[in-house]
Amino acid sequence: MSSLQDVPDEVAELDEVHSYMPVNGDDEEAPSPGLPPAVRLIKSNAGLFLTPVLVVVGAVLLYVYNQRADTIFQDERALNWDRNLRPQLEQHLSLTLWSTVFTVLIAVPLGILLTRPRYRRAGAPILAVATSGQAVPAFGLLVLAFAWLGRGPWTTIWALALFTLLPVLRNTMVGLEQVDRSVIEAGRGMGLTKRQALQQIEIPLAVPVILAGVRTALVITVGMASLAFLIGGGGLGATISAGLKLARDLVLITGAVMTALVALSVDWIAALIEKTLRPSGL
Amino acid sequence: MTTEFAYETTPGRQLPDGQQPKIELHGVGKVYPGTTVPAVADLDLDVPTGEILVLVGPSGCGKSTTLRLINRMIEPTSGKIIFDGEDVTDVNADALRRRIGYVIQQIGLFPHQTIAQNISTVPRLLGWDKARTAQRVDELLELTGLDPREYRDRYPKELSGGQAQRVGVARALGGDPEVLLMDEPFGAIDPITRDRLQNEFLRLQSELKKTIVFVTHDIDEAIKMGDRIAILGDQSVIRQFDTPERILAYPVDEFVSDFIGSGSTLKGLNFERVRDLQLSEDFAIVGVDTDRTEARRIFEASPERWMLVCDRDSRPLRWVGENDLSDGAPSLERAGVPVSATVMPNATLHDALEEMLLSNAGQAVVVDEKGRCQGILDIERLADVLKRLRHQAKKHYEGLAARETGEAAPPSEPGRSGAPHDESLGGEH
Repeated sequence: MSSLQDVPDEVAELDEVHSYMPVNGDDEEAPSPGLPPAVRLIKSNAGLFLTPVLVVVGAVLLYVYNQRADTIFQDERALNWDRNLRPQLEQHLSLTLWSTVFTVLIAVPLGILLTRPRYRRAGAPILAVATSGQAVPAFGLLVLAFAWLGRGPWTTIWALALFTLLPVLRNTMVGLEQVDRSVIEAGRGMGLTKRQALQQIEIPLAVPVILAGVRTALVITVGMASLAFLIGGGGLGATISAGLKLARDLVLITGAVMTALVALSVDWIAALIEKTLRPSGL
Repeated sequence: MTTEFAYETTPGRQLPDGQQPKIELHGVGKVYPGTTVPAVADLDLDVPTGEILVLVGPSGCGKSTTLRLINRMIEPTSGKIIFDGEDVTDVNADALRRRIGYVIQQIGLFPHQTIAQNISTVPRLLGWDKARTAQRVDELLELTGLDPREYRDRYPKELSGGQAQRVGVARALGGDPEVLLMDEPFGAIDPITRDRLQNEFLRLQSELKKTIVFVTHDIDEAIKMGDRIAILGDQSVIRQFDTPERILAYPVDEFVSDFIGSGSTLKGLNFERVRDLQLSEDFAIVGVDTDRTEARRIFEASPERWMLVCDRDSRPLRWVGENDLSDGAPSLERAGVPVSATVMPNATLHDALEEMLLSNAGQAVVVDEKGRCQGILDIERLADVLKRLRHQAKKHYEGLAARETGEAAPPSEPGRSGAPHDESLGGEH
C-alpha cells in the first residue's frame, strides 16, 4: 500500500515527460471568451494542429536536404527507399505497434486485478519488481532477450513490451485507485454489481490516466525500437548505425530525423486517441 | 431516577400499536474482523412505514454503519433484517439495493454521465424500456425542482452543490423505491441552501410518503426532518426512540439531554401552535371609544398591569397602563404604547415567544387573518404548555414501563416485544 501512495508523484513525472511536447495541448484550460468559435477551437487544440505541421515541414526539409546533398555510392545504397528506408520504417512502426499492444493486453488487466480487494496485497511487490525492471538499461534488456529467445523481431517485441509494462501498469493502478470512492459507493449502493461498477464507473473514470500511460509507453517504445537492429529486429536504427560506421553525416542525419519524425507522429496519434476516448463530462 | 425504565422498554420497538414496520432489525450487530468491540451491538429497530426515521448521535457512534447495514453495504455479523416481512439477511445484496434508494453526503454523481444517465441508473439496472426511463427522468427532475430541458443533458461538474444534491435525491428515487436511506444528505451544503433543500424535501415527502431512514449528527436537523428520532449512543445503542416532541419534552436520561443540548425546551415550542392553546382570560380588553371612568373601572377589576385597547373593528391598537388612565393623560387612541407583538393562530409557540420578547409588554395579541383580536397570550400560558408536555411525555414513558413489566411473560406479540427471536420471524408477514 505504501508504495502505491507515492505513485501519484511518479505520474506527475510522467506528465512532465510530456510537457515539452507541444502535443499535450492546453485543453484543460478554459478557452478565453470573446473569440470566434473557430479560433477558440484552434487555440485550445494548438498542440494537435502544430505537430502535423512540424512533421510535414521536417519531412520536406529532409527530402530537400537529401536531393541537394553530394552523394557517394555508399550513401545511395544506405538511403535507397525501396531496399532500405521503407522496410525499416515499416519494421519500426510494426515493432512499436505490436509491443504496445502486448503491453496493454498484459498491463491493463493486471492493473485491474491488482486493484481488486482480493489481490491488492500483491500490488505493491509487483509494482516494485516492474519499477526495478525498468532500471535495467534498455540495451541490456535487449541483449538478455537475445540470449534467451534468439534473434528476430519477436524477441524485440517481447523485450520492448516488458520494458514498457511499468508505465501502463502503474497508470492503470493509479487511475483506478484515484476514482472517487464515494462515486463507487453511490453506484454500489444503488445496486450495481462489482463487475458493473468496474465496467461502468471505475474503468471509464480511469481511462484518461491509463491512456496517458499508454502514450508514455508508445513514445518510449519508438525510441527503443531504434536499438532493435542490434538483435536483428530491424528498424530505422540500422540506417543510423550505417551512418556512424560509414562516417557519413547524410545517412546519419536521415536516419535520426526519420526516427524523430516517427516519434512525433506516433505521439500525435496517441494524443488524438486520448482526446477521443476521454469520457465527456470530466 | 426516572432513567432506569427506559432501558427495559427495548427503545427501538416503540411503534404505536398496529403500525406495521417497513424494516425491522432484529439483534443486528457488526463486529469488524480483528476487533472485539462491536461497531454496532445487537440492535433492535423498527422503521415505521411512510415516515422519516432519523438516526442521530455523536460522531463515531455507528449511525452510518447502522444505515449501511440496512442495505447490506456492510454485511451484518449477527441478527436479521426483515424488509416488508421478508427476511433479506441472505438474499442477493445487489438486487436488494435496487429496491432501496441511497443518498450519501458526497452525493457521488457519476461525473462521466449526464444528469439523465445518472438518474436512469436504477431503471437501467431494472431493465425498464427507454420511453419509460426517459419519462421517469423528466418526472424526477421536475419533482426535485430542476427544469428537465435545461438539466437533462448537463454533466455533474456543471451543477452547484445544491443542484447536485437534488440530482442525488432524484437518482435515489429513480427506480421508485419504497425505502430511502440518506446518510447526512445535506451535510456538505451551506446553511441557507441546506434549509431550503430540507424544506423542499419535506414537501416532497408529504407527497411521496416514502419510508426514509435519515442519518445526521445535527440534532436540529433531526428535530426538523424526523417524524421519529432514534438517539444513538456508542455502538449504536438506542438511548431514546420517539417523536421529536416527546424527546424534547422528556429526555429519558442524561446522555440524551446532553446530546439535545440546552434550549431543548425552546425547540419543543416549535411543535405547538397558538390555536391549540387556552388564551389568557385575565387581560382586560376595551374599545377605543370607551369612556375614561369606565375604562379605569375595568382596568382595576383586572389583575394585570396592562390593558388592551382595540379599534372599532376590534383590531388591537395600544397597551395602556395605570398612568395612561389618569385624568391628564391623552385619549385612549394615543395613550400607552402601540401594540407591536401580534401572532396568528397557526403560528408556533416559538414564534409567539419571540414576538413576546420583542414587544415591551411581555405578551402577544392573537389576531385572525383580518387582524381582529382573538385574545392574549402571555408567558404563563407558555409555561403551562411546557409543563403539560413534559407531564404527558413522562406519563407516556411510565405507561410503557408499566406495560412492559406487566406483559413481560405472555408471548402476545412474537418478535415485537423484544423477546429472543424465534424461527417464526421470517414467515411472520
